Amino acid sequence: MGKNPFILQMKGITKEFPGVKALDDVSLDVRRGTIHAICGENGAGKSTLMKVLSGVYPHGTYHGQIFYMDKEMKFSNIKESENAGIAIIHQELTMIPELSITENIFMGNEIVKRGLIDWNAEREHTVEILKRVGLSVNPDTLIKHMGVGQQQLVEIAKALSKNVKLLILDEPTSALNESDSANLLSLMKELRSNDITCIMISHKLNEIAEVSDAVTVIRDGHTVESYEIEDGYVDENKIIRAMVGRSIDNRYPEHESHPGEVIFEVEGWNVEDPEIEGKMVCKNSTFNVRAGEIVGFAGLMGAGRTELMRSVFGKNYGIYKSGTIKIKGKEVTINSVEQAISNGIAYVPEDRKSLGLNLLDSIEETIVSANLKAILSHGLISIAKQKKAAEEYRQSLKIKATNTQVGVNTLSGGNQQKVVLSKWMFAEPDILILDEPTRGIDVGAKYEIYKLIHELADQGKAVILVSSELPELLGMADRIYTIFEGTITGELQRGEANQESLMKKMTITSGN
Amino acid sequence: MKYIKQVLGGDLRQYTMVVALAALIIIFNIISGGRMLTSSNFQNLLSGNAYVLVLALGMLMVIVIGQIDLAVGSVAGFAGMVMALSYRDLHLPWYLTVIVALLIGLAAGALHGFFLSQLGIPGFITTLGGMMIFRGGVIWISKSISVAAPPELKWFGAGYLPEWGPKFTGMNNSTLLLGIIAIVIYIVVQLRKYKASAIGSSSKENLVAVIIRIILVSALISYFTWLFGSGREGTSFPIPGLILLILIIVYHTITQKTTFGRHIYAVGGNKSAAALSGVNVKKVYFLTMMNMSFLAAVAGILFVGRSTAAGPADGTSWEMDAIASVFIGGAAVSGGVGTILATMVGGLVMAVLNNGLMLMGVGADKTQVIKGCVLLLAVAFDVYNKKNGRTSASAK
Repeated sequence: MGKNPFILQMKGITKEFPGVKALDDVSLDVRRGTIHAICGENGAGKSTLMKVLSGVYPHGTYHGQIFYMDKEMKFSNIKESENAGIAIIHQELTMIPELSITENIFMGNEIVKRGLIDWNAEREHTVEILKRVGLSVNPDTLIKHMGVGQQQLVEIAKALSKNVKLLILDEPTSALNESDSANLLSLMKELRSNDITCIMISHKLNEIAEVSDAVTVIRDGHTVESYEIEDGYVDENKIIRAMVGRSIDNRYPEHESHPGEVIFEVEGWNVEDPEIEGKMVCKNSTFNVRAGEIVGFAGLMGAGRTELMRSVFGKNYGIYKSGTIKIKGKEVTINSVEQAISNGIAYVPEDRKSLGLNLLDSIEETIVSANLKAILSHGLISIAKQKKAAEEYRQSLKIKATNTQVGVNTLSGGNQQKVVLSKWMFAEPDILILDEPTRGIDVGAKYEIYKLIHELADQGKAVILVSSELPELLGMADRIYTIFEGTITGELQRGEANQESLMKKMTITSGN
Repeated sequence: MKYIKQVLGGDLRQYTMVVALAALIIIFNIISGGRMLTSSNFQNLLSGNAYVLVLALGMLMVIVIGQIDLAVGSVAGFAGMVMALSYRDLHLPWYLTVIVALLIGLAAGALHGFFLSQLGIPGFITTLGGMMIFRGGVIWISKSISVAAPPELKWFGAGYLPEWGPKFTGMNNSTLLLGIIAIVIYIVVQLRKYKASAIGSSSKENLVAVIIRIILVSALISYFTWLFGSGREGTSFPIPGLILLILIIVYHTITQKTTFGRHIYAVGGNKSAAALSGVNVKKVYFLTMMNMSFLAAVAGILFVGRSTAAGPADGTSWEMDAIASVFIGGAAVSGGVGTILATMVGGLVMAVLNNGLMLMGVGADKTQVIKGCVLLLAVAFDVYNKKNGRTSASAK
């Protein structure tokens, strides 16, 4: 491929949020008529960069310059970037399910004749555009009646209707099955031949290898590498090294585990997505945990870690298809969260605010909420017992609050998480599933939570640690399972795991 | 100010409505030339509003789980009418007619609960349907005419505690006994609370403040005991008031002291978090809706007993009064917030407004307007409080 001129040059982009530098002097050069892949771990700054580009973060809230079609751009909102021909296809689709394809494509951009919408013209245009993305469906079809793959194509069609020149796709295949993904990739190639430039954010190295002409790797808000691909050969290992290449320092307390018997076994666990028929979120998952062992689960966002854990926890997510659970060697049937709790399983959800806490409750009400039985006296709740229980955790976990009657909504993230952990410790589980227990928590509080996890393991509990931070897993877990697209792709002992080996199994590389 | 705070036990805002209620009573008493604070007026006020307050008990729980029940008036009317008909046409003894009415309530609630919990249809729609069904049902089965109720029921709806014992007390001795029991219970509860406050890190209550609080409340209870007990011969604390009192204690205990009560607040506060904590959300929905219609039947019985006959229009727009009471009591529309006691204060504000305006000779039309304004003001005040980062006026 000859060297096309640059369509986009972002120079020295720095974007700060209170307390964090999300982007630090990032540059991105994209040639016209190419597919440019951007890789990076979760939280590396990819999405922030795209938001800067599209004007979600208006000019002036970041430093640096954006040159697009040889002109400096100062977008102050999305509308301006759209008018310039830049469109983003978000990970979560943004169409209105109750409206038709035509209505969605022309949403906010209606063809109006004498004050009324010209439906015939809109429909004609829609059919034309749909042809360009290879869709032959009735333009009056409601979005909700279409599969995710088709919806994505409509989303792209919508962008095309606005005369897009630069199309940004944020993890476009994360919600798609394989044939839809392949379809999308070939569409991207076709768009490229029609002189439309694509920027693709993706974790899937095999897809990147298949279509991209250039790769930029971002890590911790910096551009680590950026190069054009020669002769269509992509070195996937090189990308992986660049994505993770940071060292693990002493952020994890010393700990020696003493695993005992296997007390928790999940076998052949299959779960279907509750919304997309036929899409499996857990594929034949089999894993086990020993007493006193900390087992990590590594996987990128959307890999199905949370889905697996929530479905194991009383079939709280998805449509259960098959699979068995054994606790202490005995097979058990768990159909509800209540049963899961009474079988000694606890699950600390990833999304603290929307799933873990009732923000109207006080600390003490929260701590006892999963085990009210323990504070009953004569069948009635004893406030005295509630206070005593909560007070113990406040002191032992060093929850920073003047007393246990303080509302949980007033606490910091770290302290909230301690309250949530207290709640589940109070339920006295044998098996503790922690889903991203340190997300959004400062380093100091993280350390305390790590120590707590070690204590729990020392008490003989089986701990499952789900995390998207690889260093955290490497620093904490005795054994690590990797998940990719609902499948457990590997199991590594503490000694043999490192960031590269994990990342390799968390992303599908063409080699396997 | 700090001292007043200690006496009242911390949060002053939860007393805003209590203060408003007291102010209303005093103002009306002055304007009406002392006709407000008389034995007969308060006896009437209580037996005439007990049914709305009973409804408000159930409505509070429904609103805490984030739902609404529009059918309570219709269910109350329907249950009352079935009761009267089963007496007139089937010649059932009065106690069986009461049981029939209560069963009707449970069945109606099961219907609402089923649609809400199993089919996931919002309570608003479910009970809108129920409202039409049962309102139509009353008119249908009664052929639009009033039906006499068993005379024994008059005792439930308008009876008084019996007279007994020595005359030198100068008042009805049943009422006196009730007052004494109330004071003793209050003292025990306060002292236990005081003991519990010493646990852990929460600041211990000031003993003097607790004692002053006990003396003040006891004086208040004594005054009302005297007011209710010293009326004309044959009157005392009304039976519907006693039923209401018992129900308040029962439901206060359920909401504050049982696992089911905790689950109601958990579901209303964050449904997903509650489900992940092992709360059976469907069961909570079902039981709360069933309980509401059960209480609607109780309200229907009280009302029919008082008016001696069941009418086809009984219960019309009672749901609105019940809902207003709950929101004046500081409950949140989004659920999760609100208490039985605050709801009762809210209901009493409405009752006193009705009563006081009537004493002043204000017509029903203007009364309606004023009640609407009070509801808006009360809720606006509550929202304002929350916006300023403070807890709701009646948060637990």
